[in-house]
Amino acid sequence: MGDILSKYDILGAFWVTIQLSLLAAIGALVLGTIVAILRVSPVGVLRFIGTSYVNIFRNTPLTLLMVFSILGISFILGISLSQDLSRNAYWWAAIVLSVYHAAFVCEALRSGVNTIPTGQAEAARSIGLTFNQSLTEVLLPQAFRGAIAPLGSVLIALIKNTTVAAVILGTSEAAGLLAQITENEGASLPTFFLFALGFVILTLPLGILFTNLSRRLAVKR
Amino acid sequence: MDAAQHDRVDLSKGQKAGGNREPMVVVKDVNKHFGDLHVLRDINLTVGRGEVVVVLGPSGSGKSTLCRAINRLETIEGGTITIDGKVLPEEGKGLAQLRADVGMVFQSFNLFAHKTIRDNVTLGPIKVRKTSKSDAKKQAEALLKRVGIEAQADKFPAQLSGGQQQRVAIARSLAMGPKVMLFDEPTSALDPEMVGEVLDVMVALAKEGMTMIVVTHEMGFARKAADRVVFMADGQIVEVATPEEFFTSPKSNRAKDFLGKILTH
Repeated sequence: MGDILSKYDILGAFWVTIQLSLLAAIGALVLGTIVAILRVSPVGVLRFIGTSYVNIFRNTPLTLLMVFSILGISFILGISLSQDLSRNAYWWAAIVLSVYHAAFVCEALRSGVNTIPTGQAEAARSIGLTFNQSLTEVLLPQAFRGAIAPLGSVLIALIKNTTVAAVILGTSEAAGLLAQITENEGASLPTFFLFALGFVILTLPLGILFTNLSRRLAVKR
Repeated sequence: MDAAQHDRVDLSKGQKAGGNREPMVVVKDVNKHFGDLHVLRDINLTVGRGEVVVVLGPSGSGKSTLCRAINRLETIEGGTITIDGKVLPEEGKGLAQLRADVGMVFQSFNLFAHKTIRDNVTLGPIKVRKTSKSDAKKQAEALLKRVGIEAQADKFPAQLSGGQQQRVAIARSLAMGPKVMLFDEPTSALDPEMVGEVLDVMVALAKEGMTMIVVTHEMGFARKAADRVVFMADGQIVEVATPEEFFTSPKSNRAKDFLGKILTH
């Protein structure tokens, strides 16, 4: 065990996992909010775009999207994000994770929007707020507060889904490194448990934090 | 033949603002359907500047829909609604601007649940009127004092009683400096002991010369504060009269029937 710890950079691999998680979390939150706005907008075309986005990305396996980003977009279409192959894969992994989880963020937010009584939007309009102002001042703040618990679930799923990026990242993140260790040193339960523990350490506190937040920030009606 | 048609009384009183006032709200030939239901039928009504019009009628008569149409929370299919000489636009910035001049008080208060009482009152002035934060805050304190809620400014809506929330809602509308105030059954969701405090604020507002259109079941308020009573049934304006005339000698059978049902208990 000590052998493995000194031979392989396990902390480094988890650091890449954390980086990917952070980048993708921010990307998914921003993109997911935009898609959610499209889905609740009064314009039919925009709603259609939002709905299509969710249907496409929620129903496509993440592994396929990962492989497509490298084989399809980078190699066939020639759109690379970096000269360095592993950096290219890293950025694509972050983007694919963002794009994929944005669909789930959108649905979480939409469930938050559905917790808002229609009277809130009517009151916002009746004092003369524009559609955008109603959205940013009244609807989205309440939607986020109502969606904290499902957003927490999305974030936890996202952290665990970074392991799928191993298909394009090779050994630089945690799951890829685990596969390499297993291949080189043979399968061992302690190694599995070590990596599993690493993910529990990342996700368990988040779960507790989000449960707490959802209780504290809930909008009292 | 339409039974309601027989019942119609002279409505010319509805088309002129009471007491030769300058018209503030003009509703002309307005129609609306909800599916097969014709909820507004050829509505014509003029409300003068400073006039208080109380809209009465059985539930389902279209009175709330009319009130909401004046703020375009309900769209209309035909006719026009004019506020202070400006025709209500269909959508967009112009509509938002016009809505800022029309205060609306809802049955269910609809205070912004995630904002404090003070922030509820200052949001419109800051975002729509571009008032500075400190001025908006001062104005909010004054308005909250006027409706008797100044001590609760830092609380959230859910911490207030229904009567208090409704008074805040009135303050929130007043903060925009509206030309006309619409009240859509403002006391219907309140516990009986809280109705008085809200009506007191409304009577004071009426006395100060605010133009008001009030949909309500509070006959006492209609008698005390209304310049005119508009009686609606089945999507039509059936009768327009002074409160005195309406309550003592209603002309239409529908109104007699309605008053008979509510005043005998």
